[in-house]
This record gives sequence, structure tokens and C-alpha cells, in this order.
Amino acid sequence: MLSRIAESLFWIGRYVERADDTARILDVHTQRLVEDPWIDEQRACANLLALMGSPCPENEADTERVLATLAFDRSSPSSITGALSAARENARGAREVLSAEIWESLNVTHNALPQQRTMARRYGPHSLFRFVRERSAMVFGLADATMSRDESWLFLILGRSLERVDMTARMLSTRVLAGDAAPSWTLVLRSTGAYEPYLRTYRGAVNSSRAAEFLLLDRLFPRSVFAALEQAEGCLAELERANVREGHRIGVAGEAHRIVGRARTMLEFMQTDEILARLPTRLDELQRTCSLASEAVTNRFFTEQAPQIWVPEGVG
Amino acid sequence: MADLFDGYPLGQQWDEMFSAPAQPRPPYTGLFSSLQPMSGEELAARADVLSQTYRDAGVTFAHAGEEQPFPLDIVPRVIGHEEWSLIERGVKQRVHALEAFLADVYGAGQVFADRVVPRGVVTTSAHFHRAAHGLVPPNGVRVHVSGIDLVRDEAGDFRVLEDNLRSPSGVSYVITNRAAMSQVLPELFGDHRVQPVSDYPSRLLAALKASAPTGIADPTVVLLTPGVYNSAYFEHALLARQMGVELVEGRDLVCSGGQVSMRTTDGQQRVDVIYRRIDDDFLDPVHFRSDSVIGCAGVLNAARAGRVTIANAVGNGVADDKLLFTWVPDLIRYYLAEEPVLANADTYRLDEPDTVEWVLSSLDQLVLKPVDGSGGKGIVIGPRADQRTLEELAVKVRASPRDWIAQKPIGLSTSPTLINGRIAPRHVDLRPFAVNDGNDVWVLPGGLTRVALPEGELVVNSSQGGGSKDTWVITPPRPAAEPVPEQDVTRIEFTTADLPAEPPAQDPGPGNDNALAQSQQQQQQNAKMAILAPPGESAAGTQPRQNGHFGEEGAPC
Repeated sequence: MLSRIAESLFWIGRYVERADDTARILDVHTQRLVEDPWIDEQRACANLLALMGSPCPENEADTERVLATLAFDRSSPSSITGALSAARENARGAREVLSAEIWESLNVTHNALPQQRTMARRYGPHSLFRFVRERSAMVFGLADATMSRDESWLFLILGRSLERVDMTARMLSTRVLAGDAAPSWTLVLRSTGAYEPYLRTYRGAVNSSRAAEFLLLDRLFPRSVFAALEQAEGCLAELERANVREGHRIGVAGEAHRIVGRARTMLEFMQTDEILARLPTRLDELQRTCSLASEAVTNRFFTEQAPQIWVPEGVG
Repeated sequence: MADLFDGYPLGQQWDEMFSAPAQPRPPYTGLFSSLQPMSGEELAARADVLSQTYRDAGVTFAHAGEEQPFPLDIVPRVIGHEEWSLIERGVKQRVHALEAFLADVYGAGQVFADRVVPRGVVTTSAHFHRAAHGLVPPNGVRVHVSGIDLVRDEAGDFRVLEDNLRSPSGVSYVITNRAAMSQVLPELFGDHRVQPVSDYPSRLLAALKASAPTGIADPTVVLLTPGVYNSAYFEHALLARQMGVELVEGRDLVCSGGQVSMRTTDGQQRVDVIYRRIDDDFLDPVHFRSDSVIGCAGVLNAARAGRVTIANAVGNGVADDKLLFTWVPDLIRYYLAEEPVLANADTYRLDEPDTVEWVLSSLDQLVLKPVDGSGGKGIVIGPRADQRTLEELAVKVRASPRDWIAQKPIGLSTSPTLINGRIAPRHVDLRPFAVNDGNDVWVLPGGLTRVALPEGELVVNSSQGGGSKDTWVITPPRPAAEPVPEQDVTRIEFTTADLPAEPPAQDPGPGNDNALAQSQQQQQQNAKMAILAPPGESAAGTQPRQNGHFGEEGAPC
């Protein structure tokens, strides 16, 4: 398939997942501000903004600012509105590859945003978050039901998985880095949609190392970092399959595959205590892994360049 | 209740639907009887659904840089069978003659030697490209797709207004209009036998494949679009999707060693046929505008080397030049030895000083069109123009008469159109689309009816914010002795006789034991209620909650 289209699909996957995850996070955040009587609003808001990559001074941070930056900023691809518009814009350029239903679903979502925004202003933002969650479920549901499992599907899912790794890692770091302004583990679980599966798995009692373990390492929960990495790796292996020829006996074919595979192996084979002991470093590494993998995918599939080989300086 | 068409005014012009008040023309009788009992509000409600469908599906036309929904009017236009067969013959004839002319222009030039058309008309055209000279397309086709614009004059005759042989747009709306209309007014389709339009993409793909360079078994076709900001981008995407071909932009193509390829995730892949929706000027920076960033350098050389087919061919613009238009009836006689089936709209060339003077003195009664304009740009309608416009026009015409033609204004026919909840007459034209695959010219039944939505407006071009109508060609009932169609071995046909007598039932799913459980649960509940409630107060008074959680002690631990 065309490189340009592949890139669009990859980013549609990323943007829709980003909007979905951001909506979940904000939903829990706004609810917490209302329900938690001891919360320091400014600090919680500043932490959240820093975590999502748009830091602001603590004395300026408030819910208004959080919503303006992460929900309604049309120009920033890190906000819900911006991500959904960017997804729609990418879909517009890839209309002949996406099924008509997926396009229509993205287009309807985009067209409804101004109205959702007005509603959110008037009746509180919860309806917007629900709308976004439903629409992204619809997009991926339609993709699941109407797309062939060819390259177009693989790029879409690859984008979604990498974004998921990144967002779940960010969510975990709120808990780890924020100290006493941090949301409880219950809230962290809820904002990644993991609360109920966690309760069913461990039968009640939210315990910090179990929750971290669940979000990081659970094989069966699809939004855990491990599961998302494994899915990304599967997509990459499938995409590279044409390149694995006879005689190719060492390692994997692509740089992206190597990066993702290494992160997955680290999680899989390191002892849980060891991972949890240095959790902040690990989470930071995971976020870096995502941007490196994304870059490697871009170099390998989206631009007409020979795969680049990095040689460390000063060997010997 | 006021009936829908009551009070519909008939003007000087031919009306498509009515010959006299409340007297529908024969093809419209069915439509009239179905719509007449409806109220304006009901129709307007359906029209809202229609436009919502279009907004959701992103059926848009970029107008003045903004993506806008393309207005679709809810009252279809109907063309009777006889009338359509005349249009069909006329369009085919025109395409054949213009193909022959283009082959001549970029070949031997016999038409100039025989003094049918002055050579100067072609060589002074902005669309004449010497780079296309001697470029013989593999199956001889240059006009793969054409759109011939027709209008109906006051007497009810169709006349040709202009030919579009470069990249006529609008066919996607024909397809989407039909799909949307059949959703919103399905009952109308039940009463009519409307010729389908949905096989256009497969016809087009077949024609494009047929034009591939010789010796290629399974040619790769791509559709080249200027990009998402082009006004007709919706159409490009729809056609690419329905043909199942790649929609490429100039930056996706690379030309090296006389071969055009596209950049894919698997490296470069050969391209054999380019259905381009980019103007000649932007197609190839090597030969045309060197600042073009939406074309592909070297593509014309590849075509000259016979390695790729460009459709429509480069240089077609000489044959749809509005000045050459005046010679088309002569070309039909010259190449085909036939009389034109469809007459031209009366048009004057400004090649004689006398004509120029006459035109200049009667600018206020004529329509002046720039010869290389498209999309209704630059047209001045004399009777409606103000004094200043006319004065400016006179200066321009005197400076370069070659750039203009003059036409007598035609009172375009009107068609009933829903405007603000009422039916009112609006001017319409018709653009039938023709696909030439080298063996035959196929005309899509119906084509695009464009409607000028402002009252009295005569320019119906979609670039001027016009709307459209679904266009129905009514077929007669199949004649009894229809020739048996050729056996198609690739098609598998079954009749109901092939079905099993008793088709297997659908799997029912696990048996529903809940009924028993439910009654027992309720029983238990009622027993508890009876214990909890003081005697004399019946449990029925407070409806027991089915899944009530009191009585935990009864649950097994």
C-alpha cells in the first residue's frame, strides 16, 4: 500500500486511541475534583498537565485550564478535540482505503464536536467524555468488523497499540511521581478502564503493587502495557514478514520490531519486584520506547529511505 | 391541505415537469401522483434527512476554499426513454467526432489541410500542447471520460452548451444522489423503473484497463488527485474506492528510467495507467509549469515512451475550447459523414471584424464567455449585467477577440425544486457522462442535473454554489423477445429451485432455564417478605425486587 496512506492509518490509530484515553483520564480527574473533599485542586491539575506533556505553573493550573488544554484546544494534537480533528483529516486523505463506515463515523464525530463542546460548557464535561469513548469504540469496532486484516489494518492497530503503551505508562507515572497529590490506585485503574477487570481478577482489595503489576504486566487485560506491546510487536512481525527471507537468521528484520520486542522482553522476563523497585525509570523508558518505535516505523515504512543503521561512536 | 404543486408558476421557459398547470408531462405522471398528496412540510422533513445523510457521509464540494455539503434537491428530474435515446446517440456521436479530431490534431492534421478548421484556432489555444504531438495512445482513446453539457431551450430541444474532455467532474454526485434518494424516498422507486447508475466505476475501470500499454496482462491503474484541498477531492476518493484502485498524489509517484512507479510500504510498484484529475499545466513540471508541486516529473516522457497511459490524454483541451465548439457540427459532418443529432447552442465567433462590432454593440443582449474558462468563471450575462461590467467587458473583448465567444441567452428549462418548504421553478442543465473504452462509447444513463438555487439564476455550475438533482432515465418494460444475453461463464446463477426444500433452522442457543430459576427466586423472595412483613399486610402491596439482596444468610457460603 501507499506509504502516505499507511502513515495516515497509523496516525488515525494513534489519534483515536489518544482521544479515548485522554477522555478516560479527564473523566476520572474531574470526578475526583468533585468528590474528594481534601484534594488540592491546583496541584492535581498541574500534575495532570505536566504528565500529559503540557506543563503550566502550579498557581495557574485549574480545571478550566485542564479542560481548555486537554479537551478543547483545537490546534493541539494532544487534546481530545485536536486529536479527533487530526484523525478525521488523516482519514480524509485515506478515504479510498478506509471503509466508508469508518470514514463516516470519524466525520460524524468531528462534525458533532462543536455541539458537544457547547453541551459540555453548559452541563459539565462528562457527556463529552462519554461521547468520545463511544465514538472511538465505534471507530475501532467498525475497523474490526469491516477491514481486511491486511497492511491497512496492521498499521491502524500498530498505531493504536503504541499509543496505548504510552498513555498507560503516563497514567502509571501520575501515581508514582505525584506524591501525596496523587490519585488513588482505584482512580488510576478506573481511568484506564481497568478497575472492574482488576477487581474480578484479584477479588477486591486494591493494593498498590498488584495494581501496578496489573496495568504493567497483565497478559489478558488489553490495555495493559504488556498486552499493548505484544500486539504492536505482532503487527510489526506481520508487516516485516515479507522482508524475512531465507538466510535471515539473526535477530529481527526491522528496527521498530527490535525496540518494541526489547521492551516487551524486559517486562516479560524481569522479576516483578525488580521492575516495581525502579518503576519511575521503567515508565520513563517505556515512554521513550514508544517515541523511538514510532520514529523507526516512520523511517522504515513511510519515507523512501534505506533503513538507517546507527553505529555508536568511539568504539574501540 | 394544500397539494404540493398547487400554485406552481409556469414561466416563459420550458418546464421539465409540467406542460400546463397541473398537467405533468408523460415521464412525470408517476412522480406527480406520488408527490402531489404530500405536504410541503413532509417533503421538507425528508429533505432534512437527505441533507443530514450528506453531511454525515462527507459528500462535499470545496467552494471558495471551504468544504461544503453539496446541496441535493429532493425532487428528481425524469427523462423519458425516447428522449434519452436521442441524448445518448447525440453524445456518442460527439465523442466519436472529437476523438477523431484530436487524433488528427496530434497526428497528420488532415482537418487543416482540408480547410475545415483553420489551423490557427488550434495553435492559438492555451490547451494545445506540442509535447503531445505524435503521442499515440495504446488503444487510440484520448477521451476516456467526457461530460457534454446540455440545456433545454424554450422549444424543449436539447442543445449542447459545451464539451468537457479534460477532467469533467460531478459523476460521483450522480452515484451518491441515487443512493441517498433511494433511502429517503424509497416508495418512489417502487413505482418507477429507473436505470441504475452504480456500474459507472466498473465501466470506468474497464475502460482504463483497456487503455493500458500493450503487453501488460493485469495493468495497475491509479487515480491521480491534486490532494484533499481540491474542490472535487470527494469525487476522486469515491471513484478510487469504488474502482478499488490507489488514490495517489503527485508526491506518491516517482518516474525513473521512463517508468512511473508509486512509493509503497513494499518499495516501488509499477503503474500502468494514470487516471489523472490534474490539469495539463500541473501534470509534469518537466514539460509544463516548472513550479508545479502536485504533478510528477517525467510522466509525459514515460507516456511518450509507451510505458504508461495518461487518461484523459494530454492536450485534450484543444477540442473542448469554446471557440472550437463552434466548429463541432462541421467536424461531425467531416469525420462521420452524419448530421449532428444534438444542435449547438447558437454561438458567434469573434473572428470577423463585422461580428466583433455587432457583438460589441449588442453586449447587453448576449452572453459572453471566455474561451478557456471553466466552472462558470468570467461569464457575463448581458441582460443582467450592470453598465460598468459591460464597459469593462467591451475593453477586454476589443483587446483580444480570440479569447471570447458570444451566445444568445437561452431560456434554460426549469424544474420544480424545493425552496424553503415550497416547490418553485429553478433553472437546470444536464451533464451526461460518457466513457470510451476503445470499442464503444458508453453513456451513463442520466448524468448530473445541476440546478441554480437562487431565483432566476442561469449559471448552474457547481463551482458557483449550485445544487443538483437525482436524474432518472425511465426504461420501458423489457420487450418480450429480448435477445438472450451472451453466456457469461464467470457468473454462477441459481434459481429458487436450487434451494434446499427445508433450509436448516438457525441455532437457537442454550435452553432458557431462567424461567424456573426466576419463579423460585421470586418464591423465596415472597417467603421472606411474608416473614418480614407484619401479618395482615400483603406482600403484593410492595412489589418484591427480583434481585433484592436482603436475606444474605440464605446464600451458600
